[in-house]
Formats: sequence, structure tokens, C-alpha cells
Amino acid sequence: MTVIEKAEQQVGTSTTRIEAVDKVTGAARYAGEYPLDELAHGVVVTSTIGRGRVASVGADEILAMPGVIAVLHHGNAPRLHDPGDATLLLLQADTVPHQGAVVALVVASSLEQARAAAEALVVTYDEEPHDVGFTADHPKMYVPDHVNPAFDTETVIGDVDAATQAAEVVVDATYTTPTQQNNAMEPHATTATWHGDHLTVFDSNQGAASVKQSIVKLFGLDQDQVRVLSEHVGGGFGSKGTARAPVVLASMAARTTERPVRVALSRQQMFSLVGYRTPTIQQMRLAAGRDGTITAIDHLAYSQTSTVLEFAEQTAVISRMMYATETLRSRHRLVALDVPTPRWMRAPGEAPGSFALESAIDELAEACGVDPIELRIRNEPTTEPESGLAFSSRSLVACLREGAQRFGWHDRDPRPGIRQDGRWLLGTGVAAATYPARTAPSTAAATAEPDGRFTVRVTASDIGTGARTALTLVAADALGVAPGQVTVLIGDSEFGQAMIAGGSMGMSSWTWAVTDACHELLVERAQREIPADGITVTADTAAKVKAMSRLSRHSFGAQFAEVAVDVRTGEVRVRRMLGIFAAGRIVNPLTARSQLIGGMTMGLSAALLEEAIMDSASGDYVNHDLAGYHVAAHADVPSIEVGWVDEVDHEVNPAGVKGIGELGIVGAPAAIANAVWHATGVRQRDLPIRPDRVIDTHPRPNTA
Amino acid sequence: MADHAQRSTVELKVNGDDQVLYLDHRTTLLDALREHLDLTGSKKGCDHGQCGACTVLVDGRRANACLLLAVAQQGREITTIEGLSTGGELHPVQQAFIDHDGFQCGYCTPGQICSAVAVLDEAERGWPSAVTADVAAADVRLDAAEIRERMSGNLCRCGAYVNIVTAVSAAAKGGA
Amino acid sequence: MKEFGYVRPADAAEAVATTYADANARYLGGGTNLVDLMKLGVETPSLLVDIAGLPLGQIEATDDAGLRIGALASNTDIAVDRLVRDGFPLLSEALLSGASGQLRNTATAGGNLLQRTRCGYFTDISKPCNKRQPGAGCAAKEGEHRNHAILGASTHCVATHPSDFAVALAALDARVEVESPAGTRTLALSDFYLPVGDTPQHEVALEHGELITAILVPAPPDAARSRYRKVRERASYAFAIGSVAAVVVVDDGTIRDVRIAIGAVASMPWRARLAEAALSDVAPSAASFAAAADLELAHARPLRDNTYKIPLVRDLIVATLCELTGVPT
Repeated sequence: MTVIEKAEQQVGTSTTRIEAVDKVTGAARYAGEYPLDELAHGVVVTSTIGRGRVASVGADEILAMPGVIAVLHHGNAPRLHDPGDATLLLLQADTVPHQGAVVALVVASSLEQARAAAEALVVTYDEEPHDVGFTADHPKMYVPDHVNPAFDTETVIGDVDAATQAAEVVVDATYTTPTQQNNAMEPHATTATWHGDHLTVFDSNQGAASVKQSIVKLFGLDQDQVRVLSEHVGGGFGSKGTARAPVVLASMAARTTERPVRVALSRQQMFSLVGYRTPTIQQMRLAAGRDGTITAIDHLAYSQTSTVLEFAEQTAVISRMMYATETLRSRHRLVALDVPTPRWMRAPGEAPGSFALESAIDELAEACGVDPIELRIRNEPTTEPESGLAFSSRSLVACLREGAQRFGWHDRDPRPGIRQDGRWLLGTGVAAATYPARTAPSTAAATAEPDGRFTVRVTASDIGTGARTALTLVAADALGVAPGQVTVLIGDSEFGQAMIAGGSMGMSSWTWAVTDACHELLVERAQREIPADGITVTADTAAKVKAMSRLSRHSFGAQFAEVAVDVRTGEVRVRRMLGIFAAGRIVNPLTARSQLIGGMTMGLSAALLEEAIMDSASGDYVNHDLAGYHVAAHADVPSIEVGWVDEVDHEVNPAGVKGIGELGIVGAPAAIANAVWHATGVRQRDLPIRPDRVIDTHPRPNTA
Repeated sequence: MADHAQRSTVELKVNGDDQVLYLDHRTTLLDALREHLDLTGSKKGCDHGQCGACTVLVDGRRANACLLLAVAQQGREITTIEGLSTGGELHPVQQAFIDHDGFQCGYCTPGQICSAVAVLDEAERGWPSAVTADVAAADVRLDAAEIRERMSGNLCRCGAYVNIVTAVSAAAKGGA
Repeated sequence: MKEFGYVRPADAAEAVATTYADANARYLGGGTNLVDLMKLGVETPSLLVDIAGLPLGQIEATDDAGLRIGALASNTDIAVDRLVRDGFPLLSEALLSGASGQLRNTATAGGNLLQRTRCGYFTDISKPCNKRQPGAGCAAKEGEHRNHAILGASTHCVATHPSDFAVALAALDARVEVESPAGTRTLALSDFYLPVGDTPQHEVALEHGELITAILVPAPPDAARSRYRKVRERASYAFAIGSVAAVVVVDDGTIRDVRIAIGAVASMPWRARLAEAALSDVAPSAASFAAAADLELAHARPLRDNTYKIPLVRDLIVATLCELTGVPT
């Protein structure tokens, strides 16, 4: 670890990653890379129908193939107990809920044998008609009881219809976002091994403690019978937030075959087995006075779920807290289709919701003839509009002003379609960002070692966030020592309950527990000599988190983008982006900057490229690989700058930390879409902004 | 149709070491490295040449190990991420990735670094790219646009591209 | 992937003899497409005949100032070759716009011509596809076909050919040299690719076992200017949604020679001969280019979701020819 800048304290000092050398030399091992003796390979077989039942599994022929050890299917797999997540009840019934569902696991001595056998396995089906058509007027559209994680489905303040009728300016538009796939670079993988009644799994996840609890319940085990290890995780973005198929199947197969078993999903299988972001259709109505003062916000969001598990994206929740308004209505509708189950993907709710809200705000600014930054500032609320709660801190205006200054916004001519650079039309756009700053109970242990060093154990997960390094800085400050004196161990369920790396709640939750443990350790250590096995103190923040006051806690940000559009070829290229954020105390500026840029990059990718295309005839995604499903490549991503405004917020947690994993993606697609309008004069209300959409929506220039 | 053997012996030089492997013909170079030689630094992100995480150097040139059959690599010299650092000394590109935080989760990183090492070599040879204005020009100036185009076969989902380009640029200037 | 045998023949003649003898044998060159398709179960050879070690990678000038590209030259070898960059920059541009540095290092010239469509129904064996399984039906016609053919397609298949290189070769009137037990023959690229008709499974005019040994590119006309332009959804590392390779000679304010090939619009690189004919001996202008492009595209039969390709390709032709002839768009 190299300290790049010296600061008085470690928190706030740019620090390179503790595991950096391991990651750049290939030494860092991920879940599917543990070479255990007698390791067998499990390959998943997935359904090729859109809905129905498995009629037969031709296991006998497969068992005769070279190297094949077992074929697990609904007829012979060990029985599982419901862990509260029906997507994990694998191979328990003959039902096929969608294309790409797990119908068997083939286990063989070598990877090649397992794959060949899985491909050769003949599964026959009784097929039933499937329904994968996601439309706002779907007859089975319903009102879910709540939306993720526990928000009200509908909120109403005042009469939006009356306010809209009375308004001088109304924006009424429908926005859509497509199915987006998390597509972490490391496919989900698990290596499982049983020693007697004890199960150890190396698993790729965002929270080893959470995965352990699922396994304990699924297999009916005691707490001390399961250990989940996840030292390095190759990205997750929500898709590894809780247990997924590989950990269940590998654990099952390892028990059945009495050998260690590894199960790694293929890239193609990830499209149907690990969750994704639901497509959304969003009807957005804004009403305002001529000066841009908003009088009504009406946000109606449609999304899909599967027939296996209800997941209701909280798409319209962002409209409940973003802008001051006299009347407000936010509603969600859901339809259960014969599709894979959508789950969390980076900034669930806020990411798609902000595309509609922040695009509509730009349209309102245009309609009112008010600068879009000024319009946002005019509608800055003093308390959270829906709840009336005070904000613990809210620095949106500071972000917008700082960003405007750095981006050069003040020179901007608001008229669309008038800037040209060769074949390119140029435009700039802005959007606001926000994400909840929540905290969840966690435990951590701090040990004073006899040699004077310290060890901190917390079941945190570093999925690329830099958590390991940031927690080291936090612990060093809490202990009053140099970071080199502290070893932080993470990714091991033996370290106790802790929040997952998700919901932008990891750092806020872990730092609290780590700080408490370190502080208590100092007290303890002052009272006695350090014995040979050290002094260990454990902290649990459950009571403190429960006692937190009711406040509206959020991070904020301002996103800026400049784009170039060739309306003849339909190409859209982002030339630069700037994000200014307010997220409380920034623990490690080096990695925080990276993470925020990463969110903005994924936002760029969502704006222009990403879309899993559903084939209605088969009920399957046609572009289920990384050649068909485009994520941004190097060439798509220009210079992206990130900054933050100083923000002190003691109400989020003692460290004053707000999570930043999701904030960076929020608003980025809207900023780009708004810039595309500024470049071309044509609104793009459907993501991604593909060449064909630009061509089809643009009035044909007269070349002749 | 003749009856053919399904396995063969293949000799490879991997990171300077001679290796003799008796392999299923279906084994890719990537799986040979990961499963048979325990060189798990080369990653499997897609297994179809669509992400670049498996990038290694074959006789000095970058290639997607997932699309190469190991048996067909007879006699070739393979350099993986594990072979870039020598005697505990990091390759300048590796060091630049650390200094400029050119990675997050780390899974695409070995491929990015192997690719970057090759990119520096290709630019040194004056090889053009799709963004080179004149493909006949003798020299290449490795600016950000050139680096981005040349590195585009290596996807990163964490969004570390901005820092990777900075790192490659720094390594290029450092004469790596 | 099914098990297969593997042989490394000593020379081309042995390679050809071995492959002719086994209907289920396939040549392995770079393998970037074949190995991919084997993993997907689309290709299931029983024997791979590894030709990568054969001495077929030379890139040489021919006596008539043309170019002979050995079939095993990698895409990189060709793109960075000094002869190619100076005399045939269209080929470098096309190659460099395709795939990635890694893939270009591995993929060969011959394999590039023979690569299969990336239609998502073709590459997924659980879906119906006439090209993969004649008679099974074409799922793309009514399904996802945003990047499918608008020209020359049939009711049996609407897939496009993915190569950039072949589009540039088509514009340069390239020929393909192939070896069989009967000897060596060459055929024009325009005859190499077969019309789709009702046999989309038959893509090229080769019999099983015939080996591509070289690609022959005649010298471009004197004073010719050329350009390859490609449009794709992602800025790099993506297949075209429309591309154009153009070669043009303007003398004394008149177009003396013009060749236009367009990509991502048909099952083969599409030589725009109607457009070419319309531009013969006319003064270059955006209007004449547009009229010529319209003439070619009047034969387009777009599907539900790919009508955008008509204006895309039209404007691409116009913009490219304007650039090459120095007239304003």
C-alpha cells in the first residue's frame, strides 16, 4: 500500500488498494479458482422452453459418458427448505417457469466432460404457452403490496389532476428503459466442499454472511456447519447481493457426489439466472407555473417480475423526495410474466426513475424557457416533499453550482440543434442524482495482537469498491495508528453478521461497527496486558441503528454530459462527462473517484448501448452474450471527471459516510439524453439511444 | 470416417517454463492454464472471445486464450499475467495500474494489463489502428483516443476505463 | 463440445486429402469463429485439420502490381503490412475496424471470408434456423432482426455476413484462390458467395475440403482514392450495422471509375453495381451520389425493424463519396 498524499488523518487520504499487487499479478483468487483435490465440475443445464414442465431427463445415457459422476435433476436432487427466496429452490419440482431456468446439473471429472455431457443431456418438456410481453396495458398488471425494499407502492399528496389542469405549463411524456443485465465480469461461481457435516464454500457474492444464512436454511444446517469465503469478488452490481444458483447447486452436488464441486455459470446463463434490471415504462407528468415552479409531479411506473418471486422495482420513489411540489403522486404497477426474476442492479429504483424524472425536468425547463439548473434550484425543497422529514444534509444545489462552474455551463446557448463540428451536432445536458444513505446493523471484531499490531475482522465484501482499503483507513484512525499497523480481514462468514456490499450501505454500516470495535478495544487494552492470543473486542451496531432518528438521508449529485450526434448514421458519442457529488465524508479519495466514475460509465453504457432483447416467440433473450449485449468499451468512454463538495453529516452514521456505489449511475443517462436533445432538437425518451432510433426520429436532412 | 484419438500431448513454454501436457483436444489454452497449470490469473469472463479477460501473449502477441485450442499451440511461448513480473519486480504497466487505480474488482485486470503490454509494443512498431488518420503513416502517437481504440477488446464492467487509459498512457511515457 | 480428433498435416496437399476423406472434418486456422461455434454446438466436427502451421501466410506484391495475401495471414499481419498500408489502405481500414487487437492477431484471411453470421438465432441451437438446420424455419424474420439483411435476402434467411474485410475486398474486385485434389482454381469474390435462395446453408462456392490458399487483389486504378466507413452501435469491438467500401477515380471533374461495396446489408458483401453504373462518367456531387444510392436501395426489402438501414446506408454512401471526391455534403 502506497500513501500518495499525506493527510493529518488516514480517512481522506488517497491510498492505493491493499490487494493491488495480488490483482495486477494474477495472484488474487476468485471463487472458481481454488484447486481442491478431487475437484469435480458441475455444469448447469437450462430450460429451452418458455414455460411448462419437465417430462423426462435422459440421465442414464449421460451417466454412461466418460467422466460423468452425477446428473442431478428434480427427480433425484436433495430436498431443500425454503429460505424465503423461491429462486433458490432449484431442482425441487418439474415446473419450468421461464427460458433458461435450471433443469439439471451434470457433474463430471473434467470441465470438458461436464460440458459435453450437459450439452448431450436430453430433457423433454410438456410445453405450455408463455407470456413475455411487457406492456403498460397488460391485463395482468397489478398493484404490488410494496416496492423494493419496503416502500409504499403509492403515495398521494393533494390533487395532481387539479393542479395539472390549473397549470400554465405541463410536460406529459412516457419514457422507457429496457431490460439491463448486470453482467459483472466474473460469472457467478462457487466451489463447495463438505467435511463430514460441515460445508465450506468459496463463493462469488456481495455478502458472505447473507449467503451463509441462505445455505443454513436451504440445507437445514446449524450455524456452525457452514462457512462462506469470498475474498475476491469480480463485480456484482447487485447480482451477487444474495445467494444465487451456483452456491446452491455446488453445495448440493458436493454432498451427493462426496467430492468438492465447482459450478461456474456461463455468460449466457447469467442472462436468466442471476437477476437483471426490469424494463420500465414510466408515465411522467409535471405541471408548473411559467417561471418553472412545480405544482404537480405525477410518476407512474410499470415494471415486470417473474412468476417465481415478486420483485417490484421502486422506480417512482425518487419523485417523492427530489423536488418541492404542492401535489405529488407516485405509483407502481407490476406484471408477473414468464421471464427470469428481475433483481437489484446498480441503483435499483433511482437509476431508471431518474431517467424519466430528470428528462422530464429538462423538458419542463425547455417549455418554461428556464435554464435547467436554475429550474432545479427554484424547486429545491426545504423538507422531503412526501414525508415532510428534515434532510440530514442535502447539497444538491451546491453540486449543481459547482458543476456548472467547472463544466462551463454558463456559456451554454440553450437553443437545440445549432452547434456543429464536421458531421457531428454537439450538445450538453445536465441531470441531478440522488441515492438513499442508509445504514444497517453490522458486527465487527477488533484484535490487539501481542506484537503491537491490530487485526480487524468484518464480513464485508470488496467487489471492487475498495472496501478493504477504506476500512483499513477507518480502523487506523479509530485506533490512532498508521494503516500499516492494521490488517483488515473481510469476506469470511466466520466474522459474523454484517451488511452486504449493496444498497450503498456497506461502508456506512461496516465503518460504524469497525469504529465501535476499535474504540472499545482501546478501552479494553488500556486496562490489561495483551495475552498471547491477543485481546479481541466485538461490536454490534444493531441497537444504535435501531435508535436512529427519523430523517431523510440521501446523497446527491449533478451530472453533466457533452455529446456529439451524427443524425445521418445515428451515432451518438459522449465527448466528456463531469459529476459533482455530495456524499458525506469521502474515506479514500482515490477509490471513491474510481467508483463514481464507474457508476457514470455504466450510466453512459445504459444511455447508449445496453438492452437485453426478448424474443417473444421463444421467450428467451436473443442477445445473451457480450457480443450481442453491448456494454461500453474503452472507445465509448471519454474523459470523465469527478469531484465532490464538502459535506459534514453526523446523522447518517458516526463516520459521516454516505455510500457511493450507486450514486454515480443515477442521472447519467438523463444527462446524456438531455444533451442529445440539445444537440439535435429531438427528444429521446427510450433507452438505449440507438442509431436506428436517432435515424428514425430525426427529420431526414435533404442531402439531394 | 477414421477413428481419431481424442487426446494429445502438447508442449508449451509458459512464462519461461517448459510444460508437457496430455490434454483433451477440447481443452482451450485458457482452461489448460487455469485447470492444469493452476495459472488462474487469466480470467474467464465470457469464454467466447467477447470480453478480453483471458488475454495472454502468444509468441509475444496478444490473443484470447479462450478461443485457442491448447493442442494447436504446440511449441508456442505463452506469457500470462503471472509471467509479466520478473524476480518480484512489477512490470511498469502493472505498477501504472496500481498507481492510477486502473482496476476495481480486478477480474478484467490481468487481461487489460496483458493487452496494454501488447498495445505498447504494437505502437512501438508503428502499427495503425481504426482511429489512426492515415494508416500508411510510419509512426503512431499513442494519445488517449488511440489507447481507447486499441484497448477496446478488453471490457471492464466496473468502469475503470478512464483510469486504465491514464495508466497505459503513463506506462507509454515511462518507456515501458 | 463433442470430442474430436486432431491432425497437423505436413503440407497443403495432405491437408486437402485428409479433409476430402472425412465429411465431418474441418480446417482449423485461427479458430476464432470455429472454436466459438463448436462451444455453441453449432459446429460439431469429428476431426480438426490444423492448417495453422502451413506456409500460407505470405503477403506479396504480384507482377501486375496487385497483391497476393496468403490465406493464413492474420488480420493483423495484413492490416499492418507495409504493402497493404501504402497500396491498399482500404484493406487496412476495413480490417482495423473489425473485432479487437486480440482477435485480429489470431483470425486469418481465409477464415475471415468464411466466418458465419452472428444472427442470434443461428448461434443458439435451441432456436429454429434454416441456415443451421434447413427446413427448421427462420426465427429472425418475425423476431429480432434489427441488424439483418435488407438486400438479397430470401424468405428462408435474412442473416447478414459479418465481415468488414470482405466488403473492402469486394470493392477491390478480389479473387479467391482455392486448392482441391483436382488442383488450384481461382474465383471472383462475387462468385465466391452464393445467393441465399432456398439454401441458406450453402454460403460459399466451395466443395467440402477445398482449401482457400490465397486472396488475390488486383492493383487499384491509378489515382484511385478509397475509404472504408463503418457504423456500429458500440464505438469499437462490434459488428457493423452498415458499412461502405468505396474506391473512386475522378479526372477532370468526372468520375472515371467507381466501386462501391456495402456491408451488413446482405448475406454477402454487397457490390452496389446499380449505383456504380449511375455514377459512371458523371460529375461528382452529393445529389448524384444520393440518386445513385437511391437507385441501389430501391431494391431493398427491409424487415419490420430495420428500415433505418436504408437511410443509413444511403447517407453513408453519399458521405463517403463526398469525402473521397472533395465535394460538399
